[in-house]
Amino acid sequence: MIKSALSVLTVVAAIIGIWYLACIPMNMHEAVQQAERAGAEVTPAKAIDRLQMGGIALALKNPGLVGGAFGQERPRLPSPEQVAAELWKTTGAMAANGRAFSKRSLIFHGWITLSATLLGFVFGTGLGILLAVGIVHSRAMDMSVMPWAIASQTIPILALAPMIIVVLNSVGLQGLIPKAIISAYLSFFPVVVGMVKGLRAPDAMQLDLMRTYNATRAQTFWKLRLPASMPYLFASLKIGISASLIGAIVGELPTGAVRGLGARMLTGSYYGQTIQIWSALFAAAILAAVLVGLIGLIQRLTLKRMGIQA
Amino acid sequence: MNENTPVIQARNLDLTFQTNDGPVHALKDVSLDIMKGDFVSFIGPSGCGKTTFLRVVAALEEPTGGTVTVNGMSPDDARRARAYGYVFQAAGLYPWRTIEGNIKLPLEIMGYPKSEQDDHVKRVLELVDLAGFGKKFPWQLSGGMQQRASIARALAFDADILLMDEPFGALDEIVRDHLNEQLLELWDKTHKTIGFVTHSIPEAVYLSTKIVVMSPRPGRITDVIENTLPRERPLDIRDTPEFLEIAHRVREGLRAGHAYDD
Ligand SMILES: Nc1ncnc2c1ncn2[C@@H]1O[C@H](COP(=O)(O)OP(=O)(O)OP(=O)(O)O)[C@@H](O)[C@H]1O
Ligand SMILES: [Mg+2]
Repeated sequence: MIKSALSVLTVVAAIIGIWYLACIPMNMHEAVQQAERAGAEVTPAKAIDRLQMGGIALALKNPGLVGGAFGQERPRLPSPEQVAAELWKTTGAMAANGRAFSKRSLIFHGWITLSATLLGFVFGTGLGILLAVGIVHSRAMDMSVMPWAIASQTIPILALAPMIIVVLNSVGLQGLIPKAIISAYLSFFPVVVGMVKGLRAPDAMQLDLMRTYNATRAQTFWKLRLPASMPYLFASLKIGISASLIGAIVGELPTGAVRGLGARMLTGSYYGQTIQIWSALFAAAILAAVLVGLIGLIQRLTLKRMGIQA
Repeated sequence: MNENTPVIQARNLDLTFQTNDGPVHALKDVSLDIMKGDFVSFIGPSGCGKTTFLRVVAALEEPTGGTVTVNGMSPDDARRARAYGYVFQAAGLYPWRTIEGNIKLPLEIMGYPKSEQDDHVKRVLELVDLAGFGKKFPWQLSGGMQQRASIARALAFDADILLMDEPFGALDEIVRDHLNEQLLELWDKTHKTIGFVTHSIPEAVYLSTKIVVMSPRPGRITDVIENTLPRERPLDIRDTPEFLEIAHRVREGLRAGHAYDD
């Protein structure tokens, strides 16, 4: 336990270290320019010459100005503590002031995205399970549905999302539902694949056993196939929920939406607010980790109750 | 049904599997009567159709020729009437159910009332000497105990035919001896008709009233040996001259089957 925590911390520390280092070449041009405006001596003196140079070379020429690569207002790459500060400012700090659901709060935007994610996930999972049950029980569905399910995933979601939004908008649907549909579209697939595999997991002997009991198909399903598929289901749910989140965020991009994590990323990029983009990105990553963790927890509890050793 | 009509009756049974490498003649012209209360062992080299015969009786396989009746019905009707319990070579217990839960599985499917289910479970757990293990999960039991639990599962509903396909094949000699003794005891108590596949000559002779010797390509019966040993069989009966003589006859039968091959 302590050992694994240590190894995780080591990796995190390494990533943060690399991140800080990367800030130098990424932000050096801006740092030198600001220093020049403030009247400092910079090499090379001509802006056009500096543009020809790489960030690392520029940093080597102006070692005294490296500090300026951090803490800029609109850095190309914000440093970790800037992102952390922005994250805190737009979540914890606002919550403490009772403004958790103000339009500037990431909690608010996170909730907007989360609600679409969860709704889409429920739709997608339900659809996925239904399709899988159909595929396992009907040869016709096995032959006809699976190729379409696979084909549906080969269309880039970035191309499809705007169409879905526009079409649904024209029939008066906007906001939550279109985003949830895109989420469902992305999350049903892993569930179908996993559940088909899971429902087919019982071997010939176990199915023969059911036959000797003269069990109906429904009995075989509830008593054998479904419990046997549980480990597969949870594995797909973990993929499904992260796919749902991506779907919800992608659904927020094409409309120029003003609410949601996707919208924060988009407006951030309009105005060069890199810190805002990065903090929205991290909020999304944290949300995904929490959701996957939650499913893992439910998985452990369920399988334990079923007596399956995890 | 008359006392003298066989429980299982096979007449000129034929079964050919169509495989990608051409047809496999798994059973050829198999005729056999199994009477009520018989303990019939099937012995023969691998691939001679022992499993296939049992599966035909259990309506898990459709013969391509000949007829079988079980309790005077077609095997499929007998299956619907839940006339037999089937024990596979692997215990095949559900890992997500306790031993009790596993034994209840057929009872739930067959719609036994809840109150009766517990009685059945208790009774069969005692029969296979597993009383007190009902709340355990399969992985908490040894292989031999799991196999006993799977026998209990087949006994739980009151089918009067028990079909067993090498149920003790994967167990060591000592455990096997013990289970053989228990099985005889159980057969004596329950008066079931048992079809039992094995590769072991002593096992076949020790357990059966009738030993069916089979040979492969095509699978057929080469000898049916009536066992003259008394029903009361302590384990050391296996050292008596009578036992060895029957074992010898079985071995001869197996050899003859092989000679036919060459
Ligand atoms: N479902 C099947 N499809 C095709 N061929 C089969 C099938 N089941 C059995 N066979 C073939 O039928 C023959 C008899 O098989 P069977 O399983 O009855 O043998 P067995 O006597 O039980 O052998 P073992 O002692 O190894 O269990 C074998 O040649 C086998 O390959
Ligand atoms: Mg076999």
